[in-house]
Amino acid sequence: MSQPQEFKEKLAAWQAKVDKSLAKHPERKAQFTTISGLPVERLYLPAETDQDYADKLGLPGQYPFTRGVQPTMYRGRFWTMRQYAGFASAAESNRRYRYLLEQGQTGLSVAFDLPTQIGYDADHDMARGEVGKVGVSISSLKDMEILFDQIPLDKVSTSMTINAPAGVLLAMYIAVAEKQGVTPAQLRGTIQNDILKEYSSRGTYIFPPKPSMRIITNIFAYCAQEVPQWNTISISGYHIREAGSTAVQEVAFTLANGLAYVKAAVEAGLDVDAFGPRLSFFFNAHLDFLEEVAKYRAARRLWARLIKERFGAKDPKSLMVRFHTQTAGCSLTAQQPKNNIVRVAFQAMSAVLGGTQSLHTNSMDEALSLPTTEAVTIALRTQQLIAYETGVTETIDPLAGSYYVEALTDQIEQKAHDYIKRIDDMGGAAEAIERGFVQREIQEAAYAYQKAIETGERVVVGMNKFVTKDKHQGELLRVDPKVREEQAAALAKIRAERDNQAVSAGLATLKAAAQGEENLMPHLVNCVRAYATLGEICDTLRGVFGEYRAPSTI
Amino acid sequence: MRKIRVLAAKPGLDGHDRGVKVISAALRDAGMEVIYTGLRQTPEQIVAAAMQEDVDVIALSVLSGAHDYLFPRVMELMREKKLTDVLVIGGGIIPEEDVPALKQAGIAEIFGPGTNTGAIVAFITNNLKRAL
Repeated sequence: MSQPQEFKEKLAAWQAKVDKSLAKHPERKAQFTTISGLPVERLYLPAETDQDYADKLGLPGQYPFTRGVQPTMYRGRFWTMRQYAGFASAAESNRRYRYLLEQGQTGLSVAFDLPTQIGYDADHDMARGEVGKVGVSISSLKDMEILFDQIPLDKVSTSMTINAPAGVLLAMYIAVAEKQGVTPAQLRGTIQNDILKEYSSRGTYIFPPKPSMRIITNIFAYCAQEVPQWNTISISGYHIREAGSTAVQEVAFTLANGLAYVKAAVEAGLDVDAFGPRLSFFFNAHLDFLEEVAKYRAARRLWARLIKERFGAKDPKSLMVRFHTQTAGCSLTAQQPKNNIVRVAFQAMSAVLGGTQSLHTNSMDEALSLPTTEAVTIALRTQQLIAYETGVTETIDPLAGSYYVEALTDQIEQKAHDYIKRIDDMGGAAEAIERGFVQREIQEAAYAYQKAIETGERVVVGMNKFVTKDKHQGELLRVDPKVREEQAAALAKIRAERDNQAVSAGLATLKAAAQGEENLMPHLVNCVRAYATLGEICDTLRGVFGEYRAPSTI
Repeated sequence: MRKIRVLAAKPGLDGHDRGVKVISAALRDAGMEVIYTGLRQTPEQIVAAAMQEDVDVIALSVLSGAHDYLFPRVMELMREKKLTDVLVIGGGIIPEEDVPALKQAGIAEIFGPGTNTGAIVAFITNNLKRAL
């Protein structure tokens, strides 16, 4: 065994971090063994560690983080099992959350309906047909109070898939916590807050890029002071992949967006190490198992290198890609839906072998409708099976050193980096999106994928091969259309009962702040406390910032 | 013979446009002219665009579950505007059990996930309501 001196030092540093971590929290077991009783070590290394290994793979919890962001990974604790859920009313979603927590889920993930995501109250004309459909309807703090009723916000971590109005929903979360006697400093969770991928891939934008980037940097600055444990953004490749991108494009466009946020915040005068540690990421787990494992490893390494080189970040946490994963919704089939259970299991396994920090597993019936309770339970059990039964969690980054996985990791990093350089030449991610470059690249990949399915070059089991005539027989979850009327009635009541002078005053101050350069977050908290509605707040901001108009790309 | 003109439309607030864009590309490859509305169109805007563009077909795409309101609303407005010779088809995440009511409302066919684009091309070609 020969190790270069420099690597020996790194190894000693890793061991010291492991010891320190063990002193605080022991690993899940005193001894790890295979099912046959063979000992399992924490970390496996090449017999001879050369410079190439040290530069490219390094050690877990150390730059460039290829082998993972924590020194003990899943031997310490498993990823957070976090099922994205929410539908209909706040009361109904609250019941689903409490059920999931009782079933052993370890974090919440809130799905909002489209009117909420686009800043319309439930009684707005544009909300017709959409209230409560793809998530829970939240129009005011009152709904948020019901949503988290009997859920202790100092104990759970909550991820909220909210982008354009992320500041408003975060303000509501802070205000609900206050009512529970929980301080902002105790809150743990994530807001998605990633507007660039909304323009390119997901569609729930409100304001144009410039004011949107300002709101995002306001949130970074505010949380660094007031909500220090909060993940202020979840830079998302998930939806880019769902829109049809390749794995390389997913990494490239996500990291390019991330670079744009960091640049905007640094230009606004923030220190990269003040907000960098709270950036988080969100990736897709698609079908090509080993390519996916390589993708997560490549993303970690490339981001660490870019942030170090371009922004001179010093805090290791600023360099880490900590990420959530969701299995690929676009890979689910409406035909033979039970096959989806197996697809999801493979995809989830790739995320675990790629070192994810939290995971959502899709339900088998999601190509048909929102998932039923039974389907959600199987999806959660899938994660528990991987964690508790398969043994892949017992050693760190078990696929490291596979010739194939390492070659794929290198290639994905290289090709993603090439894309990022092209985007740099266009002036950055926002400009590349405004030109339609990112959208066109994704569309072309999506069409090529569809054509490969239609020619049979790509096999989709149960859809273009091994086809049966069986129809889905099971139950589907339906959202009662009455939700809109109920929400509208509740809103009317709130508007009648609240202190409307306080609301007007709050909105006027918010407007003035938006016209100036102040941080908007304290004003948003102020408005939601007075029960100003999401729609009223977003309309105030629309009045100042205007609305985004998407370029045509087809 | 002139080309078939199709309005590909996204009613409602749903931002999932992978499907509508793939289908637009496939219809163009099959020789049709496709006008895509972009996201967040009201039923009123879609019907107005269909009249202005003088299309033969409207292809509606909704993945948010709001098809139960939006599709029949488009059909209602088309009847009001006497736009009766335009073929309307729909697609998205649409449960089987919703299909009869949508057809009842006047949607000629619903295409779910996994549909071959060739099937959509064939359906349009065989079911046009106006002469080319």
